[in-house]
Amino acid sequence: MDVEILARIQFAFTIAFHYIFPPLSIGLGLALVIMEGLYLKTRDKAFHEMARFWTKVFGLTFAIGVASGIVMEFEFGTNWATYSRFVGDIFGSALAAEGIFAFFLESGFLAILLFGWDKVGKRLHFFSTCMVAFGAHFSAVWIIVANSWQQTPAGSHLEVAGKVVPPDYVPTPGEWEQSRMVIDNFWEVVFNPSTLDRLSHTVIGAWQAGAFLLISVSAFYLLRGRHAGFARRSMKIGLAIAMLSSVLSLLSGHSSAQVVAEHQPSKLAAMEGLHETTTNAPLTLFGWVDEDTGRTIGPKIPGALSILVGGNRETEITGLNDIPADLRPPVQATFQFFHLMVAIGGLLILISFSGGFLWWRGTLWDAHSSLARTYWWVAVFAVFLPQLANQFGWFAAEIGRQPWIVWGFLKTSDGLSKVVSANQVLGSLIGFMLIYGLLFFLFIYLLNKKIQNGPGEASVGTYTEPEWLKNRDS
Amino acid sequence: MDLNLIWFLLVGILFAGYAILDGFDLGVGMLQLFIRDDRDTRICYNAIGPVWDGNEVWLVTGGGALFAAFPEVYATVFSGFYTPFMLLLFALIFRAVAIEFRSKENWPFWRKGWDIGFFTGSFLASFLIGVTMGNIARGVPLDADFEYAGTFFTLLNPYALLMGLTTVALFLMHGSIYLVMKTEGDLHDRIRSWVNPLIIFFIISYAIVTLATLLYVEQITDILRQQPGFFALAILLLLAIANIPREISKGRDFRAFLSSCATMLLLMALFGIGMFPNMVYSIPDPANSLTAYNGASTGKTLGIMLIIAIIGIPIVLAYTVSIYWIFRGKVKLGPDSY
Repeated sequence: MDVEILARIQFAFTIAFHYIFPPLSIGLGLALVIMEGLYLKTRDKAFHEMARFWTKVFGLTFAIGVASGIVMEFEFGTNWATYSRFVGDIFGSALAAEGIFAFFLESGFLAILLFGWDKVGKRLHFFSTCMVAFGAHFSAVWIIVANSWQQTPAGSHLEVAGKVVPPDYVPTPGEWEQSRMVIDNFWEVVFNPSTLDRLSHTVIGAWQAGAFLLISVSAFYLLRGRHAGFARRSMKIGLAIAMLSSVLSLLSGHSSAQVVAEHQPSKLAAMEGLHETTTNAPLTLFGWVDEDTGRTIGPKIPGALSILVGGNRETEITGLNDIPADLRPPVQATFQFFHLMVAIGGLLILISFSGGFLWWRGTLWDAHSSLARTYWWVAVFAVFLPQLANQFGWFAAEIGRQPWIVWGFLKTSDGLSKVVSANQVLGSLIGFMLIYGLLFFLFIYLLNKKIQNGPGEASVGTYTEPEWLKNRDS
Repeated sequence: MDLNLIWFLLVGILFAGYAILDGFDLGVGMLQLFIRDDRDTRICYNAIGPVWDGNEVWLVTGGGALFAAFPEVYATVFSGFYTPFMLLLFALIFRAVAIEFRSKENWPFWRKGWDIGFFTGSFLASFLIGVTMGNIARGVPLDADFEYAGTFFTLLNPYALLMGLTTVALFLMHGSIYLVMKTEGDLHDRIRSWVNPLIIFFIISYAIVTLATLLYVEQITDILRQQPGFFALAILLLLAIANIPREISKGRDFRAFLSSCATMLLLMALFGIGMFPNMVYSIPDPANSLTAYNGASTGKTLGIMLIIAIIGIPIVLAYTVSIYWIFRGKVKLGPDSY
């Protein structure tokens, strides 16, 4: 395999693994703020116990998030050095801002959140929890700014060997070393055309990940008949966040797709498997892209794509056939990941609102109701759905961006490190696979153990001297 | 003072902050392996428990600032030092999860395994940071496009390896003083007896590195020769080191720790002065060196970033100091401890 495909696999693997954890930090962060806020307001110890249990889960996800996150910052330079030179004037600022404004905030106040229960007052602890949650959200802001600028560059221009070139200028292969994007306007970079829609869609997806973890663990306790009071309260908070965010996710996803249609027509065509440029464009519900014949097979709603993008059937949608072959993304993968994300999004609306309905009817807590028990079983496994939707959404967004690494300016194949060999990348990729495989196994093991132990005294980890130590002393 | 110099200083301050703060975490990570009792080992883990990941953020932010302010330097160093940096990442990952995972099971092999992981991660990270600094100081081959022109084995030269060893010694010394400050009773006395040997270990390795620098690294000695005023810093450095055993013997552990911090700050200052304006010195052809000028972003970006830093850094310092204040004093194991 050549260095390009290896570097892409390594980046995809390390970012996909990392992205299991930040959504949980963001979503659980929000839930912790709600729990501690309710505790302060009601003085009900039950909320305090809840916050302590979920803080322990938060600590575990945060630690692996930190450990796998530092890799990402290094990889731009190690594997994508030409890209780093090309975008440093813009992309680097967002990363540095993320460090100063977000990472310091969340990791600093995390100390108080995890270890400060007995060291500071209730209010200061609540404030720290808010700062951790705020920092987690703020880190999403800056990394989405950076990524959105890659998708829809704005507030910047291309320079070759220190000279401004016309917007449509394509540097010769030898000129990439001397080419770079130069900033014109910081706020135009920050609020580039896709930032706000992609940011809201991403953060809402993270809330769903946190909410469904709450719902899943609560449903598990309800099924086992353990910690019933705790489980009800946690599930109510989870369902409330889930109902709100599943609807918001639909809305923000819709407006994100409209931005894609306007600025990245080839990505939209690949997401929808649309080959012919047409008005009254159909929406394929699910199916298979036959890349040889240039057709997409599956049930279609006539005109629906045009209506979704432009509000009427007359809206013309660009098809893949009108995009030069070397500028098309991999169609099948983009199509399938996008459709899977949308399907899961629909499922999440269904699950959250049927939970809300049962809650409203009062049957949700009835262990004798087969309806409730069925729902609990579904809820236990639903925890994987937002995780998958988050992953698939990013796959669609990033595969659909190909062949560009900076849309319209730099191709992924031109962004590599020139001095790094395929063997070096293969070696590090194997290293990451082994280490992350181990971490994932241990994460699941420890998370399961924490859930089995449950809230209350056991969750606070009362330390008992191990037997083997006692024996040794005597 | 121009923007490039300001950013050279700010990036230096971020990395110095990382060395001072995570330096003691890494030192504690190495030292804990030599403490036998499980309770005492836990005290070591919990001495850094609340603060280590905030400390690691200094590296993340330093890297981000390097990317933003000096993208050429970031790209050249990170791609050129590919293999050691991947090993550094693996080491930092193991260090991080060892702290989180160790306390979760009581099995002896589990705890001992993570202790070894914590040691190995901390040792490897310290050593590789030193090797990187050594290569940056000594110079590495760069071509006319500022791309790294050596191999992995170019980086394993004796000077860089010696710098790696010195960094290990420095972090061991720093970590032991931090532990003295955070422990009490029998454990405190035991670690206290380690401080002086570790200081001597550091001084010997530092003396050998300095000798090697004077003999072989001309570009740094030239700069110091032209500006003899900077030797004052070297004298201050000696005073700061000498002050550590003095404070320890008087039982003023916090002052000893401050002296150790000052030692590290002065070391970084001397390093920065010896380098400026170079950021990666090129041998054998110095014309290809990356400097704070030819490797920088545009003035506009440096200006915007400066505003971000002026807003952000005071806030960060304010709450970091507050958090250290809240967690001041000796470590007490409680229900939330690792």
